Amino acid sequence: METNNYYIYGVNGPVITVRGGRSLPMMSLVYVGNVRIPGEVVSASGNTTIVQVYEDSSGLSKDQPVFPTDKPMSVLLGPGMLSNIYDGIARPLRRISEMAGSFIAKGITLPALDMEKLWDVKLDVKEGMDASGGMVFARTQESDAIEHRSMVPPDLQGKFTEVKPDGQYKVTDVLAYIVDERGKKYPLTLAQEWPIRRSRPCAKRLPITRPLVTGQRVIDTLFPVGKGGCAAIPGPFGAGKTMVQHQLAKWSDADIIVYLGCGERGNEMTQVLDEFAELKDPLTGHPLMERTILIANTSNMPVAAREASIYTGMTIAEYYRDMGYHVALMADSTSRWAEALREISGRLEEMPAEESFPAYLPSRLAGFYERAGYMETLSGLEGSVTVIGAVSPQGGDFSEPVTQNTKRFIRTFWALDRSLAYARHFPAINWTTSYSEYFTDIKGWYEDNFGSGFTRMRQQIIDILGKESSLMEIVKLIGSDVLPDDQKLIIETAKVLRQGYLQQNAFHKTDTYMSPANQMVMLEVILYLYDEAKKLTTKSIPLNQLVDTGIFSALYRMKFDLGEGQTKDYFIKLVDDSISKVIARNE
Amino acid sequence: MRIEYTGLSEMQGSIVALEGVTGVSYDELAEITLDGGERRYGRVIKIDGEKVVLQVFEGTVGLDMEHVNTHFTGRPITLPLSKEILGRIFDGSGKPLDGLREVFPDERRDINGSAINPVSRKYPRSCILTGISSIDATSTLIRGQKLPIFSGAGMSHNELAAQIVRQAQTMDQSEEFAIVFCAMGVKNDTAEFFKKDFQESGALGRVVMYLNMASDPIIERILAPRCALTAAEYLAFYHGYHVLVILTDMSSYCEALREFSSSKGEIPSRKGFPSYMYSDLASLYERAGMIYGEKGSVTQVPILTMPNDDISHPIPDLTGYITEGQIVLSRDLEQKGIYPPVAILPSLSRLMKDGTGEGYTREDHADLSNQLFASYSAVTDARSLASVIGEDELSEIDKLYVEFGKRLEAEFITQGIRENRTLEQTLDLGWKLLSMLPRAELGRVSDKMLDKYYQGSK
Repeated sequence: METNNYYIYGVNGPVITVRGGRSLPMMSLVYVGNVRIPGEVVSASGNTTIVQVYEDSSGLSKDQPVFPTDKPMSVLLGPGMLSNIYDGIARPLRRISEMAGSFIAKGITLPALDMEKLWDVKLDVKEGMDASGGMVFARTQESDAIEHRSMVPPDLQGKFTEVKPDGQYKVTDVLAYIVDERGKKYPLTLAQEWPIRRSRPCAKRLPITRPLVTGQRVIDTLFPVGKGGCAAIPGPFGAGKTMVQHQLAKWSDADIIVYLGCGERGNEMTQVLDEFAELKDPLTGHPLMERTILIANTSNMPVAAREASIYTGMTIAEYYRDMGYHVALMADSTSRWAEALREISGRLEEMPAEESFPAYLPSRLAGFYERAGYMETLSGLEGSVTVIGAVSPQGGDFSEPVTQNTKRFIRTFWALDRSLAYARHFPAINWTTSYSEYFTDIKGWYEDNFGSGFTRMRQQIIDILGKESSLMEIVKLIGSDVLPDDQKLIIETAKVLRQGYLQQNAFHKTDTYMSPANQMVMLEVILYLYDEAKKLTTKSIPLNQLVDTGIFSALYRMKFDLGEGQTKDYFIKLVDDSISKVIARNE
Repeated sequence: MRIEYTGLSEMQGSIVALEGVTGVSYDELAEITLDGGERRYGRVIKIDGEKVVLQVFEGTVGLDMEHVNTHFTGRPITLPLSKEILGRIFDGSGKPLDGLREVFPDERRDINGSAINPVSRKYPRSCILTGISSIDATSTLIRGQKLPIFSGAGMSHNELAAQIVRQAQTMDQSEEFAIVFCAMGVKNDTAEFFKKDFQESGALGRVVMYLNMASDPIIERILAPRCALTAAEYLAFYHGYHVLVILTDMSSYCEALREFSSSKGEIPSRKGFPSYMYSDLASLYERAGMIYGEKGSVTQVPILTMPNDDISHPIPDLTGYITEGQIVLSRDLEQKGIYPPVAILPSLSRLMKDGTGEGYTREDHADLSNQLFASYSAVTDARSLASVIGEDELSEIDKLYVEFGKRLEAEFITQGIRENRTLEQTLDLGWKLLSMLPRAELGRVSDKMLDKYYQGSK
């Protein structure tokens, strides 16, 4: 860094006023003060530059030096990110704890990657080959399941030269050069930097045609999210947002999970670290941690880094997408990010809009969610980034600005409900207020993979649940005894659907994940019972007789039995037996 | 060389500004000497060129703009610490209130602390038994957890907190434990109540108290929990104590924060509270936890009185988003004369699932707790139906639920203020009550557990 005259003029929380020369470029990285705290330029006027710093600013004083760089805030991308845990600006927390102990110290600048580790690298390219941006030039096995594909930076073109042989290399070793038309040489290494606030380019956006299969019945069946789509989970505290995020991170069929703890609890990150190391991916059999990257900027860590953390997470997700992987990004919680935005905006004395959030909140949210998508990458592969954002509305009131603005940019909405959570109905996704706009796009996939008739059955259970909720209005007033039998049947079937199907126990050994095939079996059996029971009611046989056989409560437990290997035929027979028992009694 | 600045350029609320100051750093502690020799303390909250803004802990009453001298100490606010703080009483900024001398420090620590690296956190798993059925069975407190009590004005939260302190124990009783008690803006009576209770139970020698009374300056109220938590961290992670921190009343703390924020001229957010209240509360609550390689732990039980019993008010709301669950007290139960008036349904302990059950408490703990929630929730439905059509018109099963609800409240939730139930007693009592219901209604319990614990007829 060259010498300069920039110095601190003022300090107000994480907002630092810098003077001492022409104003610095917007969004560029600067190091502030004697301890060199990293920060980013957020506004400038005349000879004054305003910087937000990513660490606690106590100890900074007027006239301490400021060190500008002309780079934007970037993250170093390369092999070794999987199963790692970073803070909001991609500093490796494990190595920080080795250096500084259990409490986070100030002014530690460490690269995101392990600079010493040797990787077994295979090179895909030869001397003189044409090089284009995004092209894969080297491969290394990052974990058992994931091959890391190193790509030519998107804006480079030319010919490869001085290509190294296959072998063991560090992330900083030059593996080849690219010579462009003018003869300028650019080195290629396993690691590359990318500015966090710029989305990585790709060839084109593809339509969303496949769901993210999660093994969670209520999501897969009723409110799926497409691969490359966006979903939001709003809910009051205690409704289980984090649990849903954890379940999706564990069981969804993405290749890579980026789990972003943004302004949330420290113990939750510890839990992910502990649990994911032990759990195995149901599809590949490898430990879940090997496909996971954690970004932890807990609620007590600096607020400006919280603002940056979602961009750091997104950039890492896009990087793996460009290798041709399906990435799911869980952001828990986007409300904390919005609050960080509000806090900084307040310190900058900007004009507040609704609930004193800055007026640019919607455009920032849009900018974030629009980085999701199912893409054709520059190298011709297919990859996707699916974003699942938790929203923590104040007081559980969905009319607040973050929830409302988020709703404009997502297409799957999982509304968590406090009253369901109080009744310990988990996941507490309310089936009347939630929605998924992706279903029509991915219907074809369901018919091919879940089985034909899925769409019809799905519609049927939506109808039953819908009818039940209007019947419940009456039941609340006069009790269920007075209802006619066909309506009682709706209520009994809906109860099976609610308790047996929609409720899923995340802590149960087998119920925590259910394969599409078994989900289909459950739907078929429940609807089979419904249809058969309906026939009974038309013969004016009292429904109570069927209820007394215990068949409805047997189906409550069907999910556990299926998990232990029971088959569809067994349950169909169970239904048939109870039906014939009742018929026999009435003959 | 000691530099003193004479005079102030602005005063407002507890905020003062000085001009022409150099070499002062953000968050630094300042000593302000009045004409008569009285000394007050302040903290740098803003630097704007040569203008420095200070917040004065003891308030600005009696300050004369021209006749004060300010000295900057060159360090942030630190708390003198040594093992002898046990048994002592301090004010909100850490000065002795018990007439004894200042602490002779082994160490001085910045009261703001620093964040625990998430990698170094040890996931809390060992449960603390409080001997209170409604907490142990359904919202178990785990060591290293932050579990607030959401109460309202006039409810028996203080009695409950005192009972928790008296009875709390872990499976392993040989470990050293300590209590840090922090009062923020409470009435003298409340502080006396706790002092007396600690004395009677013989715990006083293990208690450190930081007291900021309702009439004390609000700035000190903002410092009090930070001092308390710094002391707790010191005892836990330096001396290996298991520390239980009681913070009461967080509502007064938040109101002090609001008052302070508005005197700084900040843009208010919901209900006038500052927009950084979430981060501010998190910087307190997140100081609970356990650390790899350290013997001790910090467990927090903050108490807050919900204004107008409204759980969606910003104070309980933001708290609930940070803490690992909550114990909610219900005015309905309180009015029925039930002690402790713990509302089971909205209460929750997020860490409970990992610290109960086989290997931690008893194999049936989790199932029982789930079933109690589900069945009690059915009681609520039955009651609301009964309020429309009358209890007589209810179906048999709904009548049973109403009866179950009554007995659960009378036998399970209700207990004496000195009654210490073992976990066995609590769980067995739970099964006894659940056995009133037909077996088919207990959908949350596995057959294996039902075979073993269900005592009903069918």
